[in-house]
Amino acid sequence: MTRLLARFAECVFWMGRQVERANALARVLEVNQAYSYDTRGGRNWRMLLRLYEQDEEFLSKHGGVTPEAVLFFHLLDETNASSVRSCIAQARENARTLRPIISTELWMQLNGFYRSLLDLTPVDATPRRLSRLATMIKENCQTHVGIVRETLYRDETYYFYVMGQEIERADQTTRLLWMKYHQFLPMGVEEGSAVDVSQWHALLRAAAGFQAYSRAHPANPTPESVMTFLLYNPHFPRSLLCAVNEVTDALSALRREHYLSNGALAVKHLWSFQSALHDQTIEEVTQKGVDETIDWAQRELVKATDLIALSFFINPATGPGVD
Amino acid sequence: MATQSQDMVGKGKQGLLSRYAPGGFYCELFEACKDDAEAANELVRRLNAFSTEDLAERALAAERELMLLGVTFTVYSQRNRIDRTLPFDVIPRVLAGAEWERLARGVIQRVTAINLFIADIYGAQRVLADGILPKELVLGNENYRPVMRDITVPHGSYVVINGTDLVRGGDGQFRVLEDNCRTPSGVSYVVENRHLMQRAFPDLVQDLAIRPVSDYGQRLSKALSELAPSGVSNPRVVLLSPGTYNSAYFEHVFLAREAGITLVEGQDLVVEDDRVFARTIDGLQEVHVIYRRIDDAFLDPEVFREDSMLGVPGLVRAMAKGRVTLANAIGTGVADDKAVYAYMPRIIRYYLDEDPIIENVQTYVCGEKEGLAYTLDHLSELVVKPVGESGGYGIVIGPHASKEELDEMRDKLKAEPHKFIAQPMIELSVAPTLVDGEVGPRHVDLRPFVITGRDSWVLPGGLSRVALRKGSLVVNSSQGGGSKDTWVLD
Repeated sequence: MTRLLARFAECVFWMGRQVERANALARVLEVNQAYSYDTRGGRNWRMLLRLYEQDEEFLSKHGGVTPEAVLFFHLLDETNASSVRSCIAQARENARTLRPIISTELWMQLNGFYRSLLDLTPVDATPRRLSRLATMIKENCQTHVGIVRETLYRDETYYFYVMGQEIERADQTTRLLWMKYHQFLPMGVEEGSAVDVSQWHALLRAAAGFQAYSRAHPANPTPESVMTFLLYNPHFPRSLLCAVNEVTDALSALRREHYLSNGALAVKHLWSFQSALHDQTIEEVTQKGVDETIDWAQRELVKATDLIALSFFINPATGPGVD
Repeated sequence: MATQSQDMVGKGKQGLLSRYAPGGFYCELFEACKDDAEAANELVRRLNAFSTEDLAERALAAERELMLLGVTFTVYSQRNRIDRTLPFDVIPRVLAGAEWERLARGVIQRVTAINLFIADIYGAQRVLADGILPKELVLGNENYRPVMRDITVPHGSYVVINGTDLVRGGDGQFRVLEDNCRTPSGVSYVVENRHLMQRAFPDLVQDLAIRPVSDYGQRLSKALSELAPSGVSNPRVVLLSPGTYNSAYFEHVFLAREAGITLVEGQDLVVEDDRVFARTIDGLQEVHVIYRRIDDAFLDPEVFREDSMLGVPGLVRAMAKGRVTLANAIGTGVADDKAVYAYMPRIIRYYLDEDPIIENVQTYVCGEKEGLAYTLDHLSELVVKPVGESGGYGIVIGPHASKEELDEMRDKLKAEPHKFIAQPMIELSVAPTLVDGEVGPRHVDLRPFVITGRDSWVLPGGLSRVALRKGSLVVNSSQGGGSKDTWVLD
C-alpha cells in the first residue's frame, strides 16, 4: 500500500475547509440579517461584502447593494468562487477525487447536498426565506461533519481533514468578530444599550455559542467578555484558540503516529501562534485595536496553511517533503 | 419457439410477462427456462408477481440511488458537465450454468491465444513468417508499437484485463463480435448492478443460486500483484486514471476501491533513474505495477504524444527496463483490431492447436480482394464497420440503411477498402426489458471479463448491454444503450 498521495492530502484538507466555509457563511448571513433589523440595515449589507473583500467583484456583477443581490451573491452565485454553492461544488469535486478512500455515505451525502443546492432558485435566497435556507445549509454541513467523524478512516487522511476544517473555522471566527466590531464602532450604538446587547447575543448565536457562553460568563455579555470568549476560550469549539489547538494537535498527531519528519516548520509556527494567543489579554487587544489583532490572526493562519502545503502537498518545484 | 415457457408465462394472466412476446427473436429468459431449469422458472414466477407499475416504481427508486451513489458517466455539453447514470434495466438477463461454463472456457481460450500472439508479434514473429495473417496487417497496424519489440512481460500476460463482446443469433449460438484488449470498461456496472438488485429487489434475488461477482476486486488485485517485476515481493500497485474529468472516472474509483489499490493521476507519478515513484505526503514511494486506464498514445510524452498532460514522462523507459509492469501492456491494440479479428480463429488454431470454442461472426476483410468483392455485391445485407473505430461509430447496417447511405458506403469501400470489414447482420437475441412503462423485447449482447495474472479467471456472467430503443441493434452506451444485471443461474 502506498502512503497517502500528496494530492489526496490536499483534496481532503480543502474539502474540510470548503464545507466549514459554507457553514460559516450561512451563520454570518443569518447574524447579519439579525443586525439589519436596525436602522442601519443598508450599511450592514455592504459590510458583508467587505467582510470577504469582495466589494469590487460584487459591484462588477450587480448594480446596487440590495439584500437580495448580496444574499444571492453569497449563497447561490456560481460565478462567485466563495459562495455557498461554489464551496459545496468544490467540496463535492474534492470528494469525487477522494472517493476511493472515503466512505460511500460521505460521498452520497455531499453529492445530495450539492444537488439540492443546484435545485434552488434566486427566490430561495431572499431575506424572507434566508432562515430556512441557512438552516438547511448548516444542517447539511453538520451532517457531513458527523459522517466524517463516524466513517472517515483515522489514518493520515483524517488529520488533513481536521487541519483544513479548523483553520477555516479559526479564520471565520475572526471574520465574525470583525463584522461585529465594524458595525458596532462607527454606528454609535451605545455600549450596553438594548441594541448593543441584542447584537452580541446574535453574534454568539451565529457561532452557536450562546449556551456555552452563558456557562462561562453567567453575567450579561459585554464586548470584552464576548471577545474573550470567542478568541481565547479553550473549550468552545468555534473559538480561535480552540480551533488553533485542534490544528496543532492534528498536525502533531499526524507526524507522530505516521512517522513523518516533514512539517516541522508548520508545527513550530503553530506552537508560537498558540502561545501568543495564550499570552494575549483582551486589554492588549483593545489597546492595539481589534482590527490589528484580527489581521494578525488571519496572517498567522495563512502562514500555517502555506507551511502545511509546502510540507505535504504537491509542490511543482520540489514536490512534498521539503523540510 | 419456446412454447413451453410461454405457456408457463401465460399462467400469470395479470403478471408482468403476461403480455410479453419476443417477436420471433431468441429470448434469453424463455430459453433459459427450458428443460425445467428450476432457478430460471422460479425467477419468471417471481417476476410475474409484479405489476408493471410496481416494477416501474422500484426501477425509478433504483435509478435515483445510482445518481446519489454517483454510479455515473460524464457527458460534456458545451459548458456543463452532466452526470448520467447508465440506464439500468431491472429485469435480469439470465444464463444457464452449463452454458456459461462453455463460454468461460471459450473466452479464456481466446485470451490465451491472444497473449501468445502478442508475445510472438513483438518477439520471434513466427506467426508472420508462417503466413497465418498478412505481415502488413500487424506491422503496419497503427496500434503496433515498435517500442515493445523484444520486451517480455511477467507470465506472458500482456492482456491482463480483457473484455470479449459476444452476441447470440437466432440459432441460439453465441459468437464473438469483438475483442477488447486495451482498456475494456464496464465491469464496475456488473458489480454495482448486482449490489443494486440485491438492495432494491431482495424478493427477486433471495435464495436463488446466482453466481457471485463481488470478488472481482480481489481477483484483480491478486493478478496485478502476481505481475510485479521479478524480485519485488511486496509490490505497490496503483491505478492510473486520466482524472476526475474522464467519463469513466467512476469506474476507476470503483476498481481502486474494490482492489484496494491507490488511484493516481499522471501528476502523482514521477520517473527517476528509470524507476517510477508516487508523490506522497512522505515524499516519493516506488510503484511496481500500474493498472493504467489511459491509452497508449497518452501514456508517456517522451515516446508517444508529446502534448499529453495525462501521462508520465519516462514511464516507457522504466517499463522497458523491467522496473514497472503496465497492465495492460503497451501495444495490445493490434489484437483487438477489427481486421485482425477476422484471423482470430486461425490464430487460436495456430497457437493452441484447438478449434475455437466460440466462433467468430463470419467476417469479410475488405482489404482482401474476395472480401471486398463479396461486400460490394451484398452491401444491403451486410453490416460494414470501420476497423479503427469503437463505440459503435461509423457502422452502416445494410438492411436498415437508405440508398444514399449505401452509395456513400460503396464509395468509401472502393476508396479505402482496408479500412473496413463486413459481417452478416445478426438478429441479436432479446430479453424482456422495461421501457416507458411496458415490458418488451430488446436486443442484448454480453461482455465477459477475463483477468490474467499467473492464470486466467472469468467473472461469472459479465456486462449485458441492452439496446433500449425498440428494434435497435446498437447497445453502446454512447448510443442509447443501457445495462442489465447478468445472472449465471445454477
